[in-house]
Amino acid sequence: MGNSTKTSFKDVLYPFTVWKNILKEPVTIRHPEKREGSDRYRGFHTNDIDKCIGCGTCEEICQNAAIDMVPCEGVDTKPGDSGLRPRVDYGRCCWCALCVDVCTTNSLGMSNNFRWSVEGENRGEGNEANGTPDDYRFIIGAENKYWDKAEKGYKKPDGYDLTPPDRVQMDHLSVEERSDSFIEMMKGYSKEQAKKEADRCVECGICTATCPAHMGIPAYIRAIREDDLEEGLRILYETNPLPEVCGRICTHKCESVCSIGNKGDAVSIRWLKRYIADNVPAEKYKEILGTSDLAKNGKKVAVVGAGPSGLSAAHYLALMGYQVTVFEALPYAGGMMRYGIPEYRLPYDQIDKDINYIVSLGVEIKTNCKVGKEISLEELKRDYDAVFAGTGLHLGRSTRIENSDHKKVFQSIDLLRKITLREEIYVPEKIVVIGGGNVAMDITRSLARIQRQKYGQVDIVTTCLEPADGMLADDEEVDEAKEEGAIITPSYGPQSIEIIDEENVKGLHVAKCLHIFDEEGRFNPAFDMEDSQFYEADMIIESIGQASDISYIPQETQETLEFNPRRQIVADPDYQVKNEPWLFVGGDIAKGPDVITGISTGHLAAVGIDRYLRGDEK
Amino acid sequence: MFDYGEKNRELFPETKSDGTVDIDLSSGKFTKLWHGPNHPGITGNMSLELTLLGDEIMESKTHVGYLHRGFEKLMERRRFINNFPLVCRVCVPEPDFNEYCYAAALEELAGIEVPEKAQWIRTLILEMARLQSYLMWIGGQAGSFGMGMVGQWTLWARDRVLQMFEELTGGRIYHIFILPGGVRNNLTEGFKGRMLETLADVNSILDDVERVLFNNAVFKKRAVGIAVIHPEWVDEYGITGPNARAAGIPKDVRKDNPYVKYGELDFEPVTGTDSDIYTRARVRFDDCRMTTGLIRQILDRIPEKGEFKAKMPSMLHWKIPAGETYKKAECTRGEYGYYIVTDGSGYPARVNVRGPSYTHAVTLAEKMLVNTNLADVAGTLVSLHTYPPEVER
Repeated sequence: MGNSTKTSFKDVLYPFTVWKNILKEPVTIRHPEKREGSDRYRGFHTNDIDKCIGCGTCEEICQNAAIDMVPCEGVDTKPGDSGLRPRVDYGRCCWCALCVDVCTTNSLGMSNNFRWSVEGENRGEGNEANGTPDDYRFIIGAENKYWDKAEKGYKKPDGYDLTPPDRVQMDHLSVEERSDSFIEMMKGYSKEQAKKEADRCVECGICTATCPAHMGIPAYIRAIREDDLEEGLRILYETNPLPEVCGRICTHKCESVCSIGNKGDAVSIRWLKRYIADNVPAEKYKEILGTSDLAKNGKKVAVVGAGPSGLSAAHYLALMGYQVTVFEALPYAGGMMRYGIPEYRLPYDQIDKDINYIVSLGVEIKTNCKVGKEISLEELKRDYDAVFAGTGLHLGRSTRIENSDHKKVFQSIDLLRKITLREEIYVPEKIVVIGGGNVAMDITRSLARIQRQKYGQVDIVTTCLEPADGMLADDEEVDEAKEEGAIITPSYGPQSIEIIDEENVKGLHVAKCLHIFDEEGRFNPAFDMEDSQFYEADMIIESIGQASDISYIPQETQETLEFNPRRQIVADPDYQVKNEPWLFVGGDIAKGPDVITGISTGHLAAVGIDRYLRGDEK
Repeated sequence: MFDYGEKNRELFPETKSDGTVDIDLSSGKFTKLWHGPNHPGITGNMSLELTLLGDEIMESKTHVGYLHRGFEKLMERRRFINNFPLVCRVCVPEPDFNEYCYAAALEELAGIEVPEKAQWIRTLILEMARLQSYLMWIGGQAGSFGMGMVGQWTLWARDRVLQMFEELTGGRIYHIFILPGGVRNNLTEGFKGRMLETLADVNSILDDVERVLFNNAVFKKRAVGIAVIHPEWVDEYGITGPNARAAGIPKDVRKDNPYVKYGELDFEPVTGTDSDIYTRARVRFDDCRMTTGLIRQILDRIPEKGEFKAKMPSMLHWKIPAGETYKKAECTRGEYGYYIVTDGSGYPARVNVRGPSYTHAVTLAEKMLVNTNLADVAGTLVSLHTYPPEVER
């Protein structure tokens, strides 16, 4: 309390000190104001239209409903891009910048510009005012506003995120635990882990658009967050009757487009699916899915091949009341899921969980019954109302290099089938695998395990044309194969196989691959013969792709089929074969190749068969 | 100096034992007057319904509702994160206390530890908010007694502080900077130096104000001894902040229940004795000076390194376990608090905002204004430092 409350003569004089300011310049800024906003100023939005994927998370978080996702000229819908772009209504925007903070691609920002008047001097070029509120509503970044290229202004700070950028890692077996064993490597999410991972989803739905089966991914992830696994299971089965399988080995195209993946790790969609399927007991499936009492419509459909597409078709046909019989050439159902994918990635009991449920719907699976041998396609055509064929790619392709027809040169797909069937196979101490896809990794890692069991050490070299960053196999497959002792040599292509005699090979000659495709985009690899290598081996495995065997289709029918350049059968959008309306095809012989595409073709074909048998128009 | 002698009380109706008078409007002796809602002497959109006899106030009723937007109810329908751009609007001149109380309550309910650096930046933000709010208030207090010049000086000084807010947070008025888990960004490069320059400018303006406002015969004549708050009213009416401190009661949440980093700062609450308009102005003015000192202390102690935000779950799906809590902070007008109830969902079940103006502008003002002069109403209300939006959340 500095001064007295008593009035004194000083109190009359002091107020006159205000006159000392009489000679000072005014502090106010005269119009037109040229003041620049600060570096972090939250002014008009900016958006990098090319970087933006139209996920709509900005629209989702905006509490004022100021943002609408709208079509934008020059932006097309494509995988990983909804084709929409945010439009901001500045009559509603409160400049809080939560949209900038939550943006999954960091394309959204704010400029330090804050003046816009349709009558004023800042009127943007090419933006004619029409005197409506639309004058203050812009597709940001696409309407040539003067602030579009502003460098200053609010950007999401480093180290600050409204959604966690890092994936919840799944527990798995260590290298020591897994490298000589076929026990499943990934242990699955705990409830806490799954909820934490599910928390990261922004529900944009770009995954759903990309998934071949268009699974309701945001919806089942939401079910995990809400701890309602029964609802999650119902959502899974709407589009995918093999959730245990897809939850483990799906090629997860969804994750490659996940919007969160643009600024951190993609949401682990595949593992969340597995979490739902793993944590609902098989005996409760029928009750949860409401399939205890399915009405029959009296019609019969034959399915050739108990792989993903055949099982998917059988499942949805059974739900629609058809009597379905599946004919499977091998001793167990599952197709490539069982005979192509090693047990450490996809345990057989998990395949059985999915298949047993499909069987419980009344689907009959006849194993060891090869169509074209035990029963002919004509018989099926005669005895059933429609036939679905999903016979897959069970023939290995050969490199056709010198001596590739030698006894000790094997096809990966044959070996994987034999491993599944527990047949004795030849596993020497030194092996070379040719191929860089997931199947090559499967055979490499399977044989590495057997080598370790037999010899206590691994000596396996896997070589492929593609460079390390362009390998077709998933990154984690390559990394894990290396951890388990395999040597991966990318960018080297096979030249010839050197043999010792009729019984034994010496090894494989490879040369540096310069490019794989020629200028016209055709497969035509070129090699640098100066940079060549020789890999010693007692066994050489080719794993460069598979082909279909459709010899069960009678010759005259085959002649009516059309094939695309990838030797896939051309069919209608519902997979009805042209000229043969009773025949539907699906899976790898029609599209793909992968499990989820097979499932989607099976589902679409089931709907098509139903339409065909009802006699409805297309 | 100026003495008009005592009023002849015989002309006035008798005051009853409970302090009220019988007002018979049909007698023609009384005048009804609406003071507000857009009267320049009213601190915001609020109005007083005055009943006058001559120029003396016989009865005053506070009317609010001009700003009602139903903040508390709106909050129940928005995600926790989406309430941040909303809570700051409960009090326009001091949005940061809303942000802090709301964030602190959520952090307590969700069990989130705020990093050290974020705590310091929060302290800084809260003191900067206090400083700019006081600077605006001084202008209002001087203006209510006819001294427009002081307000022009202090608003320039306030703009300097807003400039620093703009640099740090990207916004001048609504900063939306204190978010759950910490703050939204680090300090800018060179912030400390520019803030110290700003403080020097502010202090120089405060010296000028000291000279022309507090050593001013007119102000003293108009403010000394007017609108006294008796110390025994403080608890009875729930009076807090400078209004209580001017009555000699050292109520200050910063000292009584230290939050963020106030426990580590060196300061004593400013108090007064006379509890009139002049004393309250003096207490606020000295508190404003103290704030510039506190900001200097904070700037010296903000750690260079460290996280400015804790690791948080996704704000899009953030659910907070069921619970309830009350978090308070000392704003320029007294105790500001948020009472929040959560039910385990992604939305608050109930939010109650305790703004100090609620008690000061309604019950206290109605009591104080009786028997004061019409010309003193504006000065009295500004000396209570009330902001209507926090009355009608």
